[in-house]
Amino acid sequence: MPSLWIKNARVIDPAAKRDAVGDIFVVDGKFVASLSAAAKKRAKQIDARGLVACPGLVDIHVHFREPGQTHKETIGTGSRAAAAGGFTTVVMMPNTSPVADNAGTIQLMKDVVARDAVVRVYPTGCITAGMKGQTLAPIGSLKRAGVVAITDDGDCVQSNDLMRRAVEYAKMFDLPVMDHCQDHSMTQGAVMNEGVMSTRLGLRGWPNAAEDLIVARNVILSEYTGAHIHLQHISSKFSVDIIRRAKQRGARISAEASPHHIALTDDLLAGYDTHLKMNPPLRTEEDRVALIDGLRDGTLDIIATDHAPHTDYEKDKEFDYAPNGIIGLETALPVTLDVLVRQNKFKLPFVIDLMTRRPAKLMNLPGGTLAVGTDADICLFDPAEKWRYDSKAGFSKSSNSPWSSQTLTGRVKTTIVAGKIVFTDGKIVAR
Amino acid sequence: MSWTRRHLITVEELSLAEIEQIHATASAFKRTLNRSVKKVPALRGKTIVNLFLEPSTRTRMAFDMAAKRLSADVISLDGASSSTTKGETLRDTAENIQALQADMIVIRHAAAGSPLYLSKILDIPVINAGDGSHEHPTQGLLDTFTMVEHLGSLKGRKVVILGDILFSRVARSNIHALTKMGAAVTLVGPSTLVPAWFTAMGVSVSHDLKSALADAEVVMLLRIQHERQAAGLFPSLGEYTGMFGLNKARADWLSPKAIIMHPGPINRGVEIDSELADGDRSVILEQVTNGIAVRMAVLYLCAGGQPQLVTPVE
Repeated sequence: MPSLWIKNARVIDPAAKRDAVGDIFVVDGKFVASLSAAAKKRAKQIDARGLVACPGLVDIHVHFREPGQTHKETIGTGSRAAAAGGFTTVVMMPNTSPVADNAGTIQLMKDVVARDAVVRVYPTGCITAGMKGQTLAPIGSLKRAGVVAITDDGDCVQSNDLMRRAVEYAKMFDLPVMDHCQDHSMTQGAVMNEGVMSTRLGLRGWPNAAEDLIVARNVILSEYTGAHIHLQHISSKFSVDIIRRAKQRGARISAEASPHHIALTDDLLAGYDTHLKMNPPLRTEEDRVALIDGLRDGTLDIIATDHAPHTDYEKDKEFDYAPNGIIGLETALPVTLDVLVRQNKFKLPFVIDLMTRRPAKLMNLPGGTLAVGTDADICLFDPAEKWRYDSKAGFSKSSNSPWSSQTLTGRVKTTIVAGKIVFTDGKIVAR
Repeated sequence: MSWTRRHLITVEELSLAEIEQIHATASAFKRTLNRSVKKVPALRGKTIVNLFLEPSTRTRMAFDMAAKRLSADVISLDGASSSTTKGETLRDTAENIQALQADMIVIRHAAAGSPLYLSKILDIPVINAGDGSHEHPTQGLLDTFTMVEHLGSLKGRKVVILGDILFSRVARSNIHALTKMGAAVTLVGPSTLVPAWFTAMGVSVSHDLKSALADAEVVMLLRIQHERQAAGLFPSLGEYTGMFGLNKARADWLSPKAIIMHPGPINRGVEIDSELADGDRSVILEQVTNGIAVRMAVLYLCAGGQPQLVTPVE
């Protein structure tokens, strides 16, 4: 493998608090401090003038639908979408068919990753058997099989006692427990945020309180047991407040926000567009601003996409009947840059940190750094390039994105995993 | 003014002028209903498909009547006996209907947003006959038509809508029409069924029947809708009737010339006393008759009919 010499990039490495124009050197797939003059001549050179070079992005919340729902996405196609979005590490959710509640399914996933994935893909296992919320999944066995966390994402363990036992048990293995916070009893048949819009549109509402209650539940259980609980796709203002106060007490709570929840609000639903239907739903401007404030002050730790592919014909339905979710890997960076940096004046290194070092650290994963000696996973992007996103021409097998046909600012130019280019010039580089 | 819309999806998007135009056209058609030959040739040769994917008595028959009075051919497709029971999607159902050369489709559906969805994928006019809890535009139009017949201008008039508002498409369509026409609308019912969110639509919300009904000139009752609500929104029908049912004593709080309305079907003895439903302040059956004229107007206008050919020149 040739060495790599990335020249004149704006190098942003949050782990080293580095933000300066300079070079990056890679030998045998790992970062090195420098190359000799001779080595430089032999190296593959990338002219990165005008580009930002940062650690490959890390997304700890994606749905790759394999096994069992591969009409929507596969590990192969999902990993390509990740690469195109600048992500070099992703963590898959276990709500596949069958669900990943056993070592066999995890092993299958790992085998497919080894065969098909173009970026690093880690599995999670279920909290409960069958994801039914009744009894514990074989968590120890799942840990041995290689899961990086457990979650019933898509669902939410409703029994507080079972959740308490699950986080206590998972603590033995240092396994984070990720939770999709939703009280089902309050959200039967709900398809959008409960509020002025849902009232106007005649759609059944999903009240903030249904998320807030489970966020509070998880904070209490985390503090009671000392276990790390990671709260997925926070969408509600009061949830941010609960998390803020929990962190002030030193609770082992972490939380994520998605690009769509910080960018979009429920008043966009007037046209009943199913590409705006997801769970948790888009909420009000007050909620959106609270999420951004939460990211700013560290209450919310990271950005995660909740990349949720569904086929056109599945989404092309009456709003009530369409499945929840949108894809997000290929638009996460420009959308996040737009909301946080351009509109809300976050500093770019801070935003890169939200998408690299912090998510890797939360899940105890390698990556999210440009440190010498570590694997050379790199994202090169042009923060100013405008481009028209066509979700049908993207790398995901599905195209359910509200940003399709829109002009985005900020484009990934090259994605490198272990020193090898996997995506460049708009194309995936063959394995 | 000439009518330019092909679809009737919501009252919300209509201007006051458009509402008045529908009312004026309906008036003209209403006069034809009293003749011995009730048909007009306006839509002769056109085929209208009624796609009713939810139960209906009045609306379906009224659309059927209206289309036939306009000399159109009507085909009714009932959800329960259609291939939607085999899992055929709404899109496929509608595209098939269009491929079968229907000229217009009237749709009632349990899912809000369905008529809007169809209007985007079909080339033929789409008429909303009720989409989930969202809107029932022809009902809102015929209700306000009826109110105007009795009260004249609705500007500043006190109108009360009483009952299960949260799940009511009739309430929403009426709210839009009435606020555009300048009426002062108060929604009344249990707080679980009449949340404060509605005030954003330009109406007042009250849970006190006595003060709400005082001097009201119109009280529109809504049925407690079993098929739409989850359990737990109020303890029992008995408690509802005890607190919010319109009985003779409570009807005395109304303005002397007030009219009592209901879109139907009525739960006698629940939201309204049986006697009151049949009493002389009730205009419930007039609403039904007006429904034919209003639907004739809507079908005619959306099919490209020119209102000035129907309404008499002043």
